[in-house]
Amino acid sequence: MSYQMYDTQMTERVQKLKDMTYGGKPQLEAQRAVLITESYKQTEDLPIDMRRALALKHILENLTAVIRDNELIVGANTKAPRSSQVFPEFSYEWIEAELDTLDKRAADPFQISEEDKKTLREIFPYWKGKTVSDLALAYMTDETKLAMKHNVFTPGNYLYNGIGHVCVDYAKVLNKGMLGILKEIDETIASMDPTEPDYNPRRVFLDAAKISLNAAITFAGRYAKLAESMAKSCTDAKRRKELEQIAQNCARVPANPAGNFYEALQSFWFVQLIIQTESNGHSISPGRFDQYMYPFLKKDLESGKLTPDAAQELVDCVWIKLNEISKCRDAFSAAGFAGYGLFQNLCVGGQTWDGRDATNDMSFMCLQASYHTRLPQPSLSVRIWNKTPHDLLKKCVEVTQTGIGLPAYYNDEVIIPALINRGLTIYDAREYNLIGCVEPQKGGKTDGWHDAAFYNMCRPMEFVFTSGQDEGEQVGPKTMPIASMKTFEEFKDAYRQQQDYFIELMVNADNAIDYAHAQRASLPFLSTMIEDCIGRGKSAQCGGAVYNFTGPQGFGVANIGDGMLAVKKLVFEKHAFTLMDLKAAMDANFGKPVDNASTGVDSRTEAIVRTIVDQLTAQGKIVTDDQIKAIAQRVMNSQNKSAYNFVGSSMGAERAAQIRKQIMECPKFGNDLDEPDDMAKEVAYMYTGYVEKFRNPRGGRYQAGLYPVSANVPLGTQAMATPDGRYARAPIADGCSPVSGCDVLGPTAAANSVAKLDHAIASNGTLFNQKFHPSALKGESGIEAFINLIRTYFDEKGSHVQFNVVSRETLLDAQKHPENYKTLVVRVAGYSALFTSLSKALQDDIINRTEQNLKS
Amino acid sequence: MNQTIFEEKGIIFNIQRYSIHDGPGIRTNVFIKGCPLRCKWCCNPESQNIQIENMLDADGPGSTPVGREVTVREVLEEVAKDSRYYYRSGGGVTLTGGECMVQPSFACAIMEACHEYHINTAIETTSFATSEVVKRFIPLVDYWLMDIKHMDSEKHKLYTGQPNDLILQNAKYIADHHPDLTIRVPVIPGVNDTEEEIDAIAKFADSLGKGAKALHLLPYHRLGEDKYRRLGRSYFLMGLEPLSQERMLQLKKVAEKYRLPVQIGG
Repeated sequence: MSYQMYDTQMTERVQKLKDMTYGGKPQLEAQRAVLITESYKQTEDLPIDMRRALALKHILENLTAVIRDNELIVGANTKAPRSSQVFPEFSYEWIEAELDTLDKRAADPFQISEEDKKTLREIFPYWKGKTVSDLALAYMTDETKLAMKHNVFTPGNYLYNGIGHVCVDYAKVLNKGMLGILKEIDETIASMDPTEPDYNPRRVFLDAAKISLNAAITFAGRYAKLAESMAKSCTDAKRRKELEQIAQNCARVPANPAGNFYEALQSFWFVQLIIQTESNGHSISPGRFDQYMYPFLKKDLESGKLTPDAAQELVDCVWIKLNEISKCRDAFSAAGFAGYGLFQNLCVGGQTWDGRDATNDMSFMCLQASYHTRLPQPSLSVRIWNKTPHDLLKKCVEVTQTGIGLPAYYNDEVIIPALINRGLTIYDAREYNLIGCVEPQKGGKTDGWHDAAFYNMCRPMEFVFTSGQDEGEQVGPKTMPIASMKTFEEFKDAYRQQQDYFIELMVNADNAIDYAHAQRASLPFLSTMIEDCIGRGKSAQCGGAVYNFTGPQGFGVANIGDGMLAVKKLVFEKHAFTLMDLKAAMDANFGKPVDNASTGVDSRTEAIVRTIVDQLTAQGKIVTDDQIKAIAQRVMNSQNKSAYNFVGSSMGAERAAQIRKQIMECPKFGNDLDEPDDMAKEVAYMYTGYVEKFRNPRGGRYQAGLYPVSANVPLGTQAMATPDGRYARAPIADGCSPVSGCDVLGPTAAANSVAKLDHAIASNGTLFNQKFHPSALKGESGIEAFINLIRTYFDEKGSHVQFNVVSRETLLDAQKHPENYKTLVVRVAGYSALFTSLSKALQDDIINRTEQNLKS
Repeated sequence: MNQTIFEEKGIIFNIQRYSIHDGPGIRTNVFIKGCPLRCKWCCNPESQNIQIENMLDADGPGSTPVGREVTVREVLEEVAKDSRYYYRSGGGVTLTGGECMVQPSFACAIMEACHEYHINTAIETTSFATSEVVKRFIPLVDYWLMDIKHMDSEKHKLYTGQPNDLILQNAKYIADHHPDLTIRVPVIPGVNDTEEEIDAIAKFADSLGKGAKALHLLPYHRLGEDKYRRLGRSYFLMGLEPLSQERMLQLKKVAEKYRLPVQIGG
């Protein structure tokens, strides 16, 4: 055996750190916004790479350094834990509009002091017209913007924020130190010829990269000084020694190669933190932590310098730090990424570049850290392959049994060939890790642009019934009117035409945003740790990485597949009703009054309110919170009349409900029946197969994902009823999972159905949610069966699966008494989050997922 | 291959995949309809009559027929879908019910067909059947799970409607002729939950031949309670509280005096 497992307990210190981290409410802080604005005002005539580097330098030299009680791993970018800085260079209008409501909104509220509000209001005017989102919108075609307005897809994530979604080469920093990377840059510069046509921008990038790295070293140095001065005034001898050690660590790393395990962890944390200070792109994923940390652990354990207990405590401290960092998103995105998640995906297991099993002591320590801390971060992933040891899976199940939804399980046997198909070498493919929710990439070499957009497959289906019309505008192509359709093929063709058209516009949107990031928000610090940015003298945003992708994810496969089959069977085979009848029934919401109360954030309302508030503030008016509420109420009322009040439906509720009953009796995806499963597979191909035809400005390809983060709930509120019997505004099926409640034959049947989709072609990641009642995992036989369920789902060529193991009763009780469940963590989509931090609508969605109970 | 077995017909009332407590590994339970016993605690009362009957829906005014006639081929098509789960986990198909020996030709044909497809077989049975039927089953069953409810024939008759002599006699025969027999005891409060009653069953299990391999104590649960209402029948044990975990552990200790390994639950 090439690994050892250690039985360790969570220490009192870690518990205290956890309590401290979750003790207060998340704050929005203005310091970074002030610093970057000061810097930007001084650098307006410089190239963008240089401006970015000088801005980072100014921030890292001045951001308040904080060492919290009991910490062993230090470094923070906000004064209060779980708080967020402001990144006005990406977008700011939404914060400006939300300043007075941030603390009251349903998803991810933040508190902000009156003083910081005032400061931000003073800063924001400088950024008008200068943000990434301003430039991106200027690059987009009118058709693209129209489609976005009508919520067919949303690239909001990168339109308003940094890109993120990357795993840098942490090993390089640990092994060479930043001084080593600086040396590499100097050597590169020395080898360059100043007369080369691209010398000038390359040289600027490399100089900017050096400034960024030196700024990071300065930042660590400030922590060394702080720790030293705190040590001097510390009366507790034990803590004084700890602070002295911290000072010593921060003086050495990340400048120098890490000399031991403790330094390696501290160096890792500085990298992790500074990347998330340079930009607010989320999903900065630590990747294969067990692989690059293990050599340091091994050396210290073997030499006896460190006990397994002490090593575990340090790892637990890093886990707490990963939960400390947060991000304030706009209200709509917050609903789509609910739970303050930063999706820092950390991966264990799998195989080495040359095809050996990679499990080591560190793999188990990572799992143990999640078992100890029971917090949403890091998003822990485990790579499974045929040679994964049973011990590792047993340890994983132990963590799964805690109910925190971690780890997520990934299948090497699907993902490696999928990546090779995308042009990775087999060696790189074997070393993949996960990014964010479920997205595979080769860390340190890839700018994957995962999560590039949410594509709502239900909207093009609506347009099939209106020949591309929506709310009086021609948004999609004028496909054949449903009244003229004679065959199912014609119906399907219309869907394909709508779908293809919007995929093309989505590509147009993403490429516009891609150019805007390259030109307005390149990230020289991050780029120093991605191969081959230094060699090419280009930031990752300009195409410096070895592998470049753009990965927009579609969701609603199950809804569209089930709906297509219902149309095929009931309209064209049995002639039970016509397409016109179906349209009338959908317009009548299948006879059910549209439920406004439970739908959470409604982005149409949100967008309209935002525009009104923007206009008012632009006119110099101060809009109070009460006024915003009143505006929202008016907008909602008017929308109900125009959009949701059974528009033009001549059909009575009873007949509409009867049509739905017939639809619900059709076979559904998720029950291991070939007919609906094949239809879902075809629908998935319509998306994945078309997306992969396109290229991005960084010289890379598009690759589709099939996962929703948590956007299936808020984006569901934007979609009318669909032919699968889904009611208007109801959640859309998440990822590859069947429609909630439609898979009735147990976990193996659902898993078989899902595995029939072609996961390898959706190489930006697929997501399958399973929910188990805790009793299903009880006892040795329950655990063994569970492991074999995962193994077999992977034999069947599923790509990813994740589990919620919390009883329905517990979740219902947590809704009633949130105060008793402050740290109840559940699986949302590709990540876990605190249950009580989610909106009611999302909570309901999780509760309503089909629960795999065991009946005896 | 004997093709005619695939055309054999019988009545089942459910096929339940991912069953993990009725035999080893991940299994698919095939619920065969009809039972000669009428155990007062039965959690599947809809299984007792061999005829198809209507049961009220759990949540509504409508009702759904329980039971359907199927061929062995249809059963195999369904259970074979999880073949890879069986191979991974050492699982297979479990015939339960009802009582599979009530439809012996159908049950044997399913098992024979399973073996054609290399699918492992188990039965969950009370083995209240003629010795001819038991003999037919012996070569087709890989794991034999057999209920014994009470050693006192009078009480057995009172609570199940039948005396126990035929069952005990079959148990002896099976243990002598089948390599893997597990004795299962549904532990029902007020029926067989005294230490003396459990001891008597454990002692009997201990006396069986070398085929007897394990003893399972299955705690009473009330999951079937509502079904009686939906079938328009009355539930004899209404309001009966399940035994505590501590009590089950005490009874396990009693049973562990003998040679067979004892576990709580399947």
